[in-house]
Amino acid sequence: MAEEIITAKDVRLKYGDFEALHGIDLSFRKNEITAMIGPSGCGKSTFLRCLNRMNDLIDGVTITGDMRLEGKDIYAPDTDAVELRKQVGMVFQQPIPFPFSIYDNVVYGLRVAGVKDRGTLDAAVEKSLRQAALWDEVKDKLHDSALGLSGGQQQRVAIARVLATQPEVILMDEPTSALDPIAATLIENMLLELRSDYTIIIVTHSMHQASRISDRTAFFLQGNLVEFAPTKTIFMNPQKKETEDYISGRFG
Amino acid sequence: MQNQNDDIRAALLRKSRSSKLERRGKFISWLCIAIIVVVVFAIFGFVAYRGLSTFFGTKVTLWNFLSKTAWAPGTTDASGVPKVGALPMIVGSFGVTLLSALLATPFAIGAAIFMTEISPRWGGKILQPVIDLLVGIPSVVYGFIGLSVVVPLIRHVFGGTGFGILAGTFVLFVMILPTVTSMTVSALRAVPRNYRQASLALGATRWQTIYKVVLRAATPGILTGIVFGMARAFGEALAVQMVIGNAALLPQNLISPASTLTSVLTSGIGNTVMGSLENNALWSLALLLLLMSLAFNLITRWIGKRGAMK
Repeated sequence: MAEEIITAKDVRLKYGDFEALHGIDLSFRKNEITAMIGPSGCGKSTFLRCLNRMNDLIDGVTITGDMRLEGKDIYAPDTDAVELRKQVGMVFQQPIPFPFSIYDNVVYGLRVAGVKDRGTLDAAVEKSLRQAALWDEVKDKLHDSALGLSGGQQQRVAIARVLATQPEVILMDEPTSALDPIAATLIENMLLELRSDYTIIIVTHSMHQASRISDRTAFFLQGNLVEFAPTKTIFMNPQKKETEDYISGRFG
Repeated sequence: MQNQNDDIRAALLRKSRSSKLERRGKFISWLCIAIIVVVVFAIFGFVAYRGLSTFFGTKVTLWNFLSKTAWAPGTTDASGVPKVGALPMIVGSFGVTLLSALLATPFAIGAAIFMTEISPRWGGKILQPVIDLLVGIPSVVYGFIGLSVVVPLIRHVFGGTGFGILAGTFVLFVMILPTVTSMTVSALRAVPRNYRQASLALGATRWQTIYKVVLRAATPGILTGIVFGMARAFGEALAVQMVIGNAALLPQNLISPASTLTSVLTSGIGNTVMGSLENNALWSLALLLLLMSLAFNLITRWIGKRGAMK
Protein backbone atom coordinates (compact mmCIF):
# COMPACT_ATOMS: atom_id res chain seq x y z
CA MET A 1 0.00 0.00 0.00
CA ALA A 2 2.84 2.35 0.74
CA GLU A 3 4.26 2.42 -2.77
CA GLU A 4 4.47 5.97 -4.02
CA ILE A 5 3.42 6.36 -7.64
CA ILE A 6 3.88 10.11 -8.06
CA THR A 7 6.39 12.20 -6.19
CA ALA A 8 6.75 15.95 -6.40
CA LYS A 9 9.58 17.95 -4.88
CA ASP A 10 9.84 21.72 -4.64
CA VAL A 11 7.39 22.35 -7.48
CA ARG A 12 7.20 26.02 -8.38
CA LEU A 13 5.01 27.42 -11.12
CA LYS A 14 5.01 30.91 -12.55
CA TYR A 15 2.51 32.60 -14.82
CA GLY A 16 4.87 35.19 -16.30
CA ASP A 17 6.27 36.89 -13.19
CA PHE A 18 3.55 35.75 -10.84
CA GLU A 19 4.47 32.71 -8.78
CA ALA A 20 1.35 30.61 -8.23
CA LEU A 21 2.98 27.60 -6.52
CA HIS A 22 5.74 28.23 -3.98
CA GLY A 23 7.55 24.94 -3.78
CA ILE A 24 5.19 22.03 -3.23
CA ASP A 25 6.41 18.70 -1.86
CA LEU A 26 3.76 16.07 -2.20
CA SER A 27 3.64 12.40 -3.05
CA PHE A 28 0.77 10.15 -3.90
CA ARG A 29 0.44 6.51 -2.99
CA LYS A 30 -0.72 3.80 -5.33
CA ASN A 31 -4.36 2.70 -5.04
CA GLU A 32 -5.29 5.50 -2.74
CA ILE A 33 -7.62 8.43 -3.18
CA THR A 34 -5.89 11.68 -2.36
CA ALA A 35 -8.03 14.77 -1.98
CA MET A 36 -6.69 18.29 -2.45
CA ILE A 37 -8.70 20.96 -0.71
CA GLY A 38 -8.35 24.68 -0.19
CA PRO A 39 -10.03 27.97 -1.06
CA SER A 40 -10.36 29.12 -4.69
CA GLY A 41 -7.09 30.34 -6.14
CA CYS A 42 -4.96 28.39 -3.67
CA GLY A 43 -3.17 26.52 -6.46
CA LYS A 44 -4.64 23.04 -6.00
CA SER A 45 -6.01 22.82 -9.56
CA THR A 46 -2.84 24.35 -10.93
CA PHE A 47 -0.81 21.71 -9.13
CA LEU A 48 -3.12 18.97 -10.41
CA ARG A 49 -2.63 20.17 -13.97
CA CYS A 50 1.16 19.96 -13.55
CA LEU A 51 0.86 16.21 -13.07
CA ASN A 52 -0.25 15.52 -16.65
CA ARG A 53 1.44 18.59 -18.11
CA MET A 54 -1.81 20.32 -19.04
CA ASN A 55 -0.17 23.59 -18.01
CA ASP A 56 2.14 23.20 -21.01
CA LEU A 57 -0.77 24.42 -23.11
CA ILE A 58 -0.83 27.83 -21.43
CA ASP A 59 1.55 30.49 -22.72
CA GLY A 60 4.05 31.98 -20.31
CA VAL A 61 4.00 29.20 -17.72
CA THR A 62 7.30 28.07 -16.25
CA ILE A 63 7.51 25.05 -13.98
CA THR A 64 10.52 24.07 -11.91
CA GLY A 65 11.07 21.27 -9.44
CA ASP A 66 11.10 17.53 -9.70
CA MET A 67 8.00 15.50 -10.52
CA ARG A 68 8.16 11.82 -11.12
CA LEU A 69 5.70 9.15 -12.20
CA GLU A 70 6.97 5.75 -11.06
CA GLY A 71 10.46 7.21 -10.95
CA LYS A 72 10.36 8.71 -14.46
CA ASP A 73 10.82 12.47 -14.62
CA ILE A 74 7.55 13.94 -15.90
CA TYR A 75 9.28 17.07 -17.19
CA ALA A 76 12.37 15.44 -18.68
CA PRO A 77 13.03 16.64 -22.24
CA ASP A 78 12.59 13.12 -23.59
CA THR A 79 9.29 12.55 -21.80
CA ASP A 80 6.47 12.59 -24.32
CA ALA A 81 3.53 14.56 -22.93
CA VAL A 82 1.17 12.56 -25.14
CA GLU A 83 2.40 9.26 -23.69
CA LEU A 84 2.31 10.72 -20.19
CA ARG A 85 -1.33 11.69 -20.56
CA LYS A 86 -2.17 8.13 -21.56
CA GLN A 87 -0.89 7.05 -18.14
CA VAL A 88 -2.26 10.01 -16.21
CA GLY A 89 -5.87 10.57 -17.25
CA MET A 90 -7.92 13.60 -16.32
CA VAL A 91 -11.56 14.38 -15.62
CA PHE A 92 -12.58 18.02 -15.66
CA GLN A 93 -15.15 20.00 -13.72
CA GLN A 94 -17.37 20.26 -16.80
CA PRO A 95 -18.19 16.88 -18.39
CA ILE A 96 -17.13 18.02 -21.90
CA PRO A 97 -18.65 15.19 -23.93
CA PHE A 98 -17.50 15.35 -27.55
CA PRO A 99 -20.39 15.86 -29.97
CA PHE A 100 -20.27 12.20 -30.98
CA SER A 101 -22.14 9.10 -29.91
CA ILE A 102 -21.63 7.68 -26.42
CA TYR A 103 -19.70 4.79 -27.97
CA ASP A 104 -17.36 7.06 -29.92
CA ASN A 105 -16.78 9.17 -26.83
CA VAL A 106 -15.74 6.20 -24.71
CA VAL A 107 -13.40 4.70 -27.31
CA TYR A 108 -11.84 8.04 -28.25
CA GLY A 109 -8.70 7.51 -26.17
CA LEU A 110 -8.26 4.00 -27.55
CA ARG A 111 -8.79 5.11 -31.13
CA VAL A 112 -6.17 7.86 -30.88
CA ALA A 113 -3.85 5.23 -29.42
CA GLY A 114 -4.37 3.25 -32.62
CA VAL A 115 -6.76 0.51 -31.45
CA LYS A 116 -8.96 -0.48 -34.40
CA ASP A 117 -10.18 -3.96 -33.53
CA ARG A 118 -13.96 -3.81 -33.13
CA GLY A 119 -14.06 -6.55 -30.49
CA THR A 120 -11.48 -4.82 -28.30
CA LEU A 121 -13.35 -1.53 -28.57
CA ASP A 122 -16.73 -3.12 -27.80
CA ALA A 123 -15.30 -4.87 -24.75
CA ALA A 124 -13.66 -1.68 -23.53
CA VAL A 125 -16.92 0.26 -23.89
CA GLU A 126 -18.87 -2.23 -21.82
CA LYS A 127 -16.18 -2.59 -19.17
CA SER A 128 -15.57 1.12 -18.68
CA LEU A 129 -19.25 2.05 -18.74
CA ARG A 130 -19.88 -0.65 -16.12
CA GLN A 131 -17.05 0.71 -13.99
CA ALA A 132 -18.51 4.18 -14.39
CA ALA A 133 -21.91 2.87 -13.23
CA LEU A 134 -23.54 3.98 -16.46
CA TRP A 135 -23.86 0.79 -18.48
CA ASP A 136 -27.43 -0.07 -17.47
CA GLU A 137 -28.65 3.42 -18.31
CA VAL A 138 -27.09 3.68 -21.77
CA LYS A 139 -26.56 0.12 -23.05
CA ASP A 140 -29.49 0.44 -25.47
CA LYS A 141 -28.47 3.80 -26.86
CA LEU A 142 -24.71 3.58 -27.23
CA HIS A 143 -24.92 5.12 -30.68
CA ASP A 144 -26.99 8.11 -29.61
CA SER A 145 -25.27 11.45 -29.17
CA ALA A 146 -23.64 11.92 -25.78
CA LEU A 147 -24.95 15.48 -25.75
CA GLY A 148 -28.44 14.10 -25.12
CA LEU A 149 -27.49 12.77 -21.67
CA SER A 150 -28.00 14.52 -18.35
CA GLY A 151 -25.10 16.33 -16.69
CA GLY A 152 -24.43 13.49 -14.27
CA GLN A 153 -24.52 10.91 -17.07
CA GLN A 154 -22.22 13.06 -19.19
CA GLN A 155 -19.70 13.24 -16.37
CA ARG A 156 -19.80 9.46 -16.04
CA VAL A 157 -19.20 9.21 -19.82
CA ALA A 158 -16.19 11.47 -19.28
CA ILE A 159 -14.96 9.16 -16.52
CA ALA A 160 -15.62 6.05 -18.65
CA ARG A 161 -13.67 7.73 -21.44
CA VAL A 162 -10.66 8.02 -19.16
CA LEU A 163 -11.08 4.51 -17.73
CA ALA A 164 -11.14 3.01 -21.22
CA THR A 165 -7.53 4.07 -21.75
CA GLN A 166 -6.55 2.28 -18.51
CA PRO A 167 -4.33 4.95 -17.03
CA GLU A 168 -2.25 4.44 -13.89
CA VAL A 169 -3.48 7.61 -12.28
CA ILE A 170 -6.73 9.56 -12.69
CA LEU A 171 -6.73 13.27 -11.95
CA MET A 172 -10.10 14.80 -11.15
CA ASP A 173 -10.65 18.53 -11.05
CA GLU A 174 -13.84 19.11 -9.04
CA PRO A 175 -15.63 16.35 -10.94
CA THR A 176 -18.93 16.66 -9.08
CA SER A 177 -19.22 20.38 -8.45
CA ALA A 178 -21.45 20.90 -11.50
CA LEU A 179 -23.74 18.02 -10.53
CA ASP A 180 -26.69 17.51 -8.23
CA PRO A 181 -26.12 15.64 -4.93
CA ILE A 182 -27.55 12.35 -6.19
CA ALA A 183 -25.31 12.27 -9.24
CA ALA A 184 -22.39 13.32 -7.04
CA THR A 185 -23.00 10.48 -4.58
CA LEU A 186 -23.16 8.02 -7.46
CA ILE A 187 -19.76 9.20 -8.68
CA GLU A 188 -18.28 9.15 -5.17
CA ASN A 189 -19.35 5.53 -4.69
CA MET A 190 -17.87 4.69 -8.05
CA LEU A 191 -14.54 6.23 -7.09
CA LEU A 192 -14.40 4.06 -3.97
CA GLU A 193 -14.85 1.00 -6.20
CA LEU A 194 -12.19 2.19 -8.62
CA ARG A 195 -9.61 2.65 -5.90
CA SER A 196 -8.52 -0.97 -6.11
CA ASP A 197 -7.40 -0.55 -9.73
CA TYR A 198 -6.37 3.08 -9.97
CA THR A 199 -4.69 5.86 -8.10
CA ILE A 200 -7.05 8.80 -7.86
CA ILE A 201 -6.16 12.41 -7.13
CA ILE A 202 -9.19 14.62 -6.69
CA VAL A 203 -9.48 18.36 -6.26
CA THR A 204 -12.67 19.23 -4.43
CA HIS A 205 -14.39 22.16 -2.83
CA SER A 206 -16.60 19.88 -0.79
CA MET A 207 -15.03 19.00 2.52
CA HIS A 208 -17.67 16.36 3.03
CA GLN A 209 -16.62 14.76 -0.20
CA ALA A 210 -12.97 14.80 0.81
CA SER A 211 -13.76 13.26 4.19
CA ARG A 212 -16.07 10.61 2.72
CA ILE A 213 -13.90 9.22 -0.03
CA SER A 214 -10.26 10.13 0.40
CA ASP A 215 -7.49 8.25 2.18
CA ARG A 216 -5.28 11.29 2.46
CA THR A 217 -5.96 14.96 2.23
CA ALA A 218 -3.70 17.83 1.22
CA PHE A 219 -4.66 21.34 2.28
CA PHE A 220 -3.46 24.17 0.03
CA LEU A 221 -3.44 27.86 0.84
CA GLN A 222 -2.12 30.70 -1.29
CA GLY A 223 0.18 28.55 -3.35
CA ASN A 224 1.56 26.61 -0.40
CA LEU A 225 0.91 23.11 0.83
CA VAL A 226 -0.08 23.72 4.44
CA GLU A 227 -0.77 20.24 5.62
CA PHE A 228 -0.80 16.74 4.16
CA ALA A 229 -1.91 13.82 6.26
CA PRO A 230 -4.36 10.91 6.43
CA THR A 231 -7.85 12.31 5.94
CA LYS A 232 -8.90 11.36 9.46
CA THR A 233 -6.06 13.34 10.98
CA ILE A 234 -6.78 16.40 8.83
CA PHE A 235 -10.44 16.49 9.79
CA MET A 236 -10.28 15.24 13.40
CA ASN A 237 -6.95 16.50 14.57
CA PRO A 238 -5.36 19.07 12.26
CA GLN A 239 -1.86 20.13 13.22
CA LYS A 240 -1.93 23.62 11.72
CA LYS A 241 -4.19 26.44 12.74
CA GLU A 242 -4.99 27.42 9.11
CA THR A 243 -6.20 23.90 8.40
CA GLU A 244 -8.43 23.91 11.44
CA ASP A 245 -9.84 27.33 10.52
CA TYR A 246 -10.56 26.22 6.98
CA ILE A 247 -12.23 22.91 7.74
CA SER A 248 -14.32 24.46 10.48
CA GLY A 249 -15.51 27.07 8.00
CA ARG A 250 -13.90 30.12 9.52
CA PHE A 251 -12.59 31.32 6.15
CA GLY A 252 -12.45 30.35 2.48
CA MET B 1 -58.49 62.68 -1.30
CA GLN B 2 -61.09 61.38 -3.75
CA ASN B 3 -60.13 64.08 -6.16
CA GLN B 4 -56.46 63.18 -5.94
CA ASN B 5 -57.21 59.50 -6.67
CA ASP B 6 -59.17 60.45 -9.77
CA ASP B 7 -56.24 62.46 -10.99
CA ILE B 8 -53.89 59.50 -10.56
CA ARG B 9 -56.32 57.16 -12.33
CA ALA B 10 -56.66 59.54 -15.24
CA ALA B 11 -52.90 59.92 -15.50
CA LEU B 12 -52.42 56.14 -15.53
CA LEU B 13 -55.13 55.49 -18.12
CA ARG B 14 -53.85 58.13 -20.50
CA LYS B 15 -51.45 56.94 -23.16
CA SER B 16 -48.01 57.98 -22.05
CA ARG B 17 -45.42 59.54 -24.31
CA SER B 18 -43.24 56.47 -24.18
CA SER B 19 -46.05 54.08 -25.11
CA LYS B 20 -46.86 56.25 -28.12
CA LEU B 21 -43.18 56.19 -29.07
CA GLU B 22 -43.17 52.43 -28.70
CA ARG B 23 -46.13 52.07 -31.08
CA ARG B 24 -44.57 54.38 -33.59
CA GLY B 25 -41.27 52.45 -33.47
CA LYS B 26 -43.09 49.17 -33.95
CA PHE B 27 -45.01 50.56 -36.90
CA ILE B 28 -41.85 51.78 -38.60
CA SER B 29 -40.03 48.48 -38.23
CA TRP B 30 -43.07 46.53 -39.46
CA LEU B 31 -43.30 48.83 -42.43
CA CYS B 32 -39.65 48.31 -43.32
CA ILE B 33 -40.02 44.53 -43.10
CA ALA B 34 -43.19 44.66 -45.19
CA ILE B 35 -41.43 46.67 -47.90
CA ILE B 36 -38.54 44.21 -48.02
CA VAL B 37 -40.90 41.24 -48.24
CA VAL B 38 -42.92 42.93 -50.99
CA VAL B 39 -39.76 43.73 -52.96
CA VAL B 40 -38.46 40.18 -52.69
CA PHE B 41 -41.78 38.69 -53.76
CA ALA B 42 -42.10 41.20 -56.57
CA ILE B 43 -38.70 40.21 -57.91
CA PHE B 44 -39.59 36.54 -57.70
CA GLY B 45 -42.93 37.20 -59.35
CA PHE B 46 -41.47 39.24 -62.16
CA VAL B 47 -38.64 36.81 -62.93
CA ALA B 48 -41.03 33.85 -62.73
CA TYR B 49 -43.59 35.54 -64.98
CA ARG B 50 -41.00 36.42 -67.62
CA GLY B 51 -39.10 33.21 -67.27
CA LEU B 52 -42.17 30.98 -67.51
CA SER B 53 -43.63 32.72 -70.53
CA THR B 54 -40.93 30.96 -72.58
CA PHE B 55 -42.90 27.79 -72.01
CA PHE B 56 -46.44 29.04 -72.58
CA GLY B 57 -47.78 29.67 -76.08
CA THR B 58 -44.59 28.33 -77.62
CA LYS B 59 -43.44 24.86 -78.56
CA VAL B 60 -40.69 24.96 -75.95
CA THR B 61 -41.06 22.46 -73.15
CA LEU B 62 -39.25 22.49 -69.83
CA TRP B 63 -37.50 19.30 -70.82
CA ASN B 64 -36.30 20.95 -74.05
CA PHE B 65 -34.96 23.84 -72.04
CA LEU B 66 -33.07 21.66 -69.60
CA SER B 67 -31.75 19.00 -71.96
CA LYS B 68 -31.15 20.49 -75.43
CA THR B 69 -27.72 21.80 -76.24
CA ALA B 70 -28.43 24.32 -78.98
CA TRP B 71 -28.84 27.88 -77.75
CA ALA B 72 -30.07 30.37 -80.38
CA PRO B 73 -33.46 31.59 -79.19
CA GLY B 74 -34.12 33.58 -82.35
CA THR B 75 -33.98 30.57 -84.61
CA THR B 76 -35.89 27.30 -84.77
CA ASP B 77 -34.73 23.76 -85.39
CA ALA B 78 -36.00 21.37 -88.10
CA SER B 79 -39.28 20.70 -86.29
CA GLY B 80 -39.98 24.37 -85.73
CA VAL B 81 -39.10 24.48 -82.01
CA PRO B 82 -37.05 27.53 -80.98
CA LYS B 83 -33.49 26.62 -79.99
CA VAL B 84 -33.48 27.30 -76.28
CA GLY B 85 -31.38 24.42 -74.99
CA ALA B 86 -29.80 25.67 -71.76
CA LEU B 87 -27.82 22.54 -70.99
CA PRO B 88 -24.44 24.05 -72.02
CA MET B 89 -24.91 26.92 -69.59
CA ILE B 90 -26.18 24.65 -66.84
CA VAL B 91 -23.17 22.39 -67.29
CA GLY B 92 -20.89 25.42 -67.40
CA SER B 93 -22.33 26.97 -64.25
CA PHE B 94 -22.26 23.75 -62.24
CA GLY B 95 -18.85 22.89 -63.67
CA VAL B 96 -17.10 26.06 -62.54
CA THR B 97 -19.00 26.08 -59.23
CA LEU B 98 -18.23 22.51 -58.21
CA LEU B 99 -14.64 22.58 -59.44
CA SER B 100 -13.81 25.86 -57.75
CA ALA B 101 -15.42 24.70 -54.48
CA LEU B 102 -13.52 21.41 -54.73
CA LEU B 103 -10.28 23.32 -55.24
CA ALA B 104 -10.95 25.98 -52.60
CA THR B 105 -12.09 23.68 -49.78
CA PRO B 106 -8.75 22.07 -48.88
CA PHE B 107 -6.95 25.41 -49.07
CA ALA B 108 -9.62 27.10 -46.96
CA ILE B 109 -9.57 24.38 -44.30
CA GLY B 110 -5.78 24.40 -44.24
CA ALA B 111 -5.61 28.16 -43.88
CA ALA B 112 -8.32 28.16 -41.22
CA ILE B 113 -6.57 25.47 -39.19
CA PHE B 114 -3.37 27.47 -39.37
CA MET B 115 -5.15 30.62 -38.24
CA THR B 116 -7.06 29.10 -35.35
CA GLU B 117 -5.09 26.11 -34.12
CA ILE B 118 -1.48 26.43 -35.15
CA SER B 119 -0.65 30.10 -35.07
CA PRO B 120 -3.55 32.25 -33.85
CA ARG B 121 -1.24 35.24 -33.40
CA TRP B 122 -0.02 35.27 -37.01
CA GLY B 123 -3.44 34.31 -38.21
CA GLY B 124 -5.09 37.19 -36.45
CA LYS B 125 -2.47 39.78 -37.32
CA ILE B 126 -1.64 39.02 -40.92
CA LEU B 127 -3.94 36.47 -42.51
CA GLN B 128 -7.22 37.90 -41.26
CA PRO B 129 -6.65 41.37 -42.79
CA VAL B 130 -5.47 39.76 -46.03
CA ILE B 131 -8.64 37.71 -46.23
CA ASP B 132 -10.82 40.72 -45.48
CA LEU B 133 -9.01 42.59 -48.24
CA LEU B 134 -9.53 39.75 -50.71
CA VAL B 135 -13.28 39.81 -50.03
CA GLY B 136 -13.40 43.49 -50.85
CA ILE B 137 -11.67 43.37 -54.23
CA PRO B 138 -14.23 44.07 -57.00
CA SER B 139 -14.92 41.10 -59.26
CA VAL B 140 -13.90 43.02 -62.38
CA VAL B 141 -10.36 43.13 -61.00
CA TYR B 142 -10.34 39.37 -60.54
CA GLY B 143 -11.72 38.99 -64.05
CA PHE B 144 -9.09 41.29 -65.48
CA ILE B 145 -6.27 39.40 -63.75
CA GLY B 146 -7.82 36.17 -65.01
CA LEU B 147 -7.93 37.55 -68.53
CA SER B 148 -4.37 38.84 -68.56
CA VAL B 149 -2.62 36.16 -66.48
CA VAL B 150 -4.64 32.96 -66.12
CA VAL B 151 -5.95 32.70 -69.68
CA PRO B 152 -2.52 33.20 -71.35
CA LEU B 153 -0.99 30.76 -68.88
CA ILE B 154 -3.53 28.06 -69.70
CA ARG B 155 -3.08 28.77 -73.41
CA HIS B 156 0.65 28.37 -72.95
CA VAL B 157 0.48 25.16 -70.95
CA PHE B 158 -2.48 23.31 -72.48
CA GLY B 159 -2.86 24.96 -75.87
CA GLY B 160 -6.19 26.11 -77.32
CA THR B 161 -7.52 29.57 -76.65
CA GLY B 162 -7.07 29.45 -72.89
CA PHE B 163 -10.67 30.47 -72.34
CA GLY B 164 -12.91 27.89 -70.72
CA ILE B 165 -14.07 26.20 -67.56
CA LEU B 166 -10.53 25.79 -66.22
CA ALA B 167 -9.86 29.53 -66.39
CA GLY B 168 -13.24 30.21 -64.80
CA THR B 169 -12.48 27.70 -62.07
CA PHE B 170 -9.17 29.36 -61.20
CA VAL B 171 -10.68 32.84 -61.04
CA LEU B 172 -13.61 31.66 -58.92
CA PHE B 173 -11.26 29.67 -56.71
CA VAL B 174 -9.46 32.86 -55.74
CA MET B 175 -12.75 34.70 -55.35
CA ILE B 176 -14.47 32.21 -53.06
CA LEU B 177 -11.39 31.20 -51.09
CA PRO B 178 -11.65 34.12 -48.63
CA THR B 179 -15.37 33.53 -48.10
CA VAL B 180 -14.94 29.84 -47.38
CA THR B 181 -11.83 30.47 -45.27
CA SER B 182 -13.37 33.09 -43.03
CA MET B 183 -16.50 30.99 -42.49
CA THR B 184 -14.35 27.98 -41.69
CA VAL B 185 -12.36 30.10 -39.24
CA SER B 186 -15.58 31.12 -37.46
CA ALA B 187 -16.70 27.49 -37.39
CA LEU B 188 -13.40 26.38 -35.84
CA ARG B 189 -13.40 29.23 -33.33
CA ALA B 190 -16.91 28.23 -32.26
CA VAL B 191 -15.64 24.81 -31.16
CA PRO B 192 -15.39 25.03 -27.36
CA ARG B 193 -11.81 25.38 -26.09
CA ASN B 194 -12.27 22.62 -23.59
CA TYR B 195 -12.91 20.02 -26.33
CA ARG B 196 -9.26 20.47 -27.21
CA GLN B 197 -8.20 20.12 -23.58
CA ALA B 198 -10.32 17.03 -23.05
CA SER B 199 -8.89 15.46 -26.17
CA LEU B 200 -5.28 16.22 -25.26
CA ALA B 201 -5.87 14.94 -21.73
CA LEU B 202 -6.90 11.59 -23.21
CA GLY B 203 -3.51 11.23 -24.83
CA ALA B 204 -4.38 12.55 -28.27
CA THR B 205 -1.74 14.46 -30.21
CA ARG B 206 -2.44 17.98 -31.39
CA TRP B 207 -3.07 16.76 -34.91
CA GLN B 208 -5.42 13.99 -33.75
CA THR B 209 -7.26 16.59 -31.70
CA ILE B 210 -7.64 18.84 -34.73
CA TYR B 211 -8.94 16.30 -37.16
CA LYS B 212 -10.85 13.96 -34.84
CA VAL B 213 -12.51 16.52 -32.60
CA VAL B 214 -12.20 20.09 -33.83
CA LEU B 215 -12.88 19.47 -37.52
CA ARG B 216 -15.59 16.96 -36.72
CA ALA B 217 -17.35 19.32 -34.35
CA ALA B 218 -17.03 22.16 -36.86
CA THR B 219 -18.26 20.14 -39.86
CA PRO B 220 -21.72 21.77 -40.12
CA GLY B 221 -20.14 25.22 -40.04
CA ILE B 222 -17.51 24.28 -42.61
CA LEU B 223 -20.14 22.80 -44.93
CA THR B 224 -22.16 25.98 -44.61
CA GLY B 225 -19.07 27.94 -45.62
CA ILE B 226 -18.52 25.74 -48.65
CA VAL B 227 -22.14 26.09 -49.77
CA PHE B 228 -21.88 29.86 -49.30
CA GLY B 229 -18.80 29.84 -51.49
CA MET B 230 -20.64 27.77 -54.08
CA ALA B 231 -23.55 30.19 -54.04
CA ARG B 232 -21.15 33.03 -54.67
CA ALA B 233 -19.41 31.13 -57.47
CA PHE B 234 -22.73 30.19 -59.06
CA GLY B 235 -23.95 33.75 -59.08
CA GLU B 236 -20.72 35.45 -60.12
CA ALA B 237 -21.14 36.97 -63.59
CA LEU B 238 -18.55 39.50 -64.59
CA ALA B 239 -15.27 37.82 -63.70
CA VAL B 240 -16.43 34.51 -65.16
CA GLN B 241 -17.70 36.15 -68.31
CA MET B 242 -14.26 37.64 -68.91
CA VAL B 243 -12.43 34.30 -68.91
CA ILE B 244 -14.84 31.55 -69.89
CA GLY B 245 -15.01 32.23 -73.65
CA ASN B 246 -18.77 32.85 -73.92
CA ALA B 247 -19.54 30.14 -76.43
CA ALA B 248 -22.94 28.60 -75.76
CA LEU B 249 -21.64 25.14 -76.55
CA LEU B 250 -21.54 22.05 -74.44
CA PRO B 251 -17.96 22.10 -73.13
CA GLN B 252 -15.88 19.28 -74.60
CA ASN B 253 -13.14 19.62 -72.02
CA LEU B 254 -11.97 22.05 -69.38
CA ILE B 255 -10.16 24.32 -71.81
CA SER B 256 -12.74 24.64 -74.56
CA PRO B 257 -14.70 27.91 -74.60
CA ALA B 258 -17.93 27.57 -72.65
CA SER B 259 -20.50 29.75 -70.93
CA THR B 260 -22.46 29.93 -67.72
CA LEU B 261 -26.02 31.03 -66.96
CA THR B 262 -24.71 34.36 -65.74
CA SER B 263 -22.32 35.00 -68.59
CA VAL B 264 -25.04 34.41 -71.22
CA LEU B 265 -27.39 36.63 -69.25
CA THR B 266 -25.04 39.57 -68.95
CA SER B 267 -23.89 39.43 -72.54
CA GLY B 268 -27.38 38.86 -73.97
CA ILE B 269 -29.85 40.87 -71.95
CA GLY B 270 -29.00 44.22 -73.58
CA ASN B 271 -29.33 42.88 -77.11
CA THR B 272 -32.87 41.53 -76.99
CA VAL B 273 -36.29 43.12 -77.17
CA MET B 274 -38.47 42.91 -74.08
CA GLY B 275 -41.32 40.46 -74.59
CA SER B 276 -39.66 38.55 -77.42
CA LEU B 277 -38.81 34.89 -77.07
CA GLU B 278 -35.10 35.75 -77.10
CA ASN B 279 -35.67 37.96 -74.11
CA ASN B 280 -37.95 35.52 -72.31
CA ALA B 281 -35.44 32.71 -72.75
CA LEU B 282 -32.89 34.81 -70.89
CA TRP B 283 -35.42 35.34 -68.13
CA SER B 284 -35.79 31.59 -67.93
CA LEU B 285 -32.08 31.39 -67.28
CA ALA B 286 -32.47 34.05 -64.61
CA LEU B 287 -35.29 32.06 -63.01
CA LEU B 288 -33.06 29.01 -62.93
CA LEU B 289 -30.34 31.09 -61.26
CA LEU B 290 -32.78 32.41 -58.70
CA LEU B 291 -34.06 28.93 -57.90
CA MET B 292 -30.51 27.68 -57.52
CA SER B 293 -29.57 30.43 -55.09
CA LEU B 294 -32.76 29.64 -53.19
CA ALA B 295 -31.63 26.02 -53.12
CA PHE B 296 -28.18 27.01 -51.81
CA ASN B 297 -29.88 29.08 -49.15
CA LEU B 298 -32.11 26.21 -48.07
CA ILE B 299 -29.14 23.84 -47.99
CA THR B 300 -27.22 26.09 -45.59
CA ARG B 301 -30.28 26.38 -43.37
CA TRP B 302 -30.76 22.65 -43.40
CA ILE B 303 -27.10 22.06 -42.50
CA GLY B 304 -27.35 24.60 -39.71
CA LYS B 305 -30.42 22.90 -38.27
CA ARG B 306 -28.91 19.44 -38.45
CA GLY B 307 -25.75 20.71 -36.81
CA ALA B 308 -27.70 22.36 -34.02
CA MET B 309 -29.74 19.27 -33.23
CA LYS B 310 -26.72 17.15 -32.29
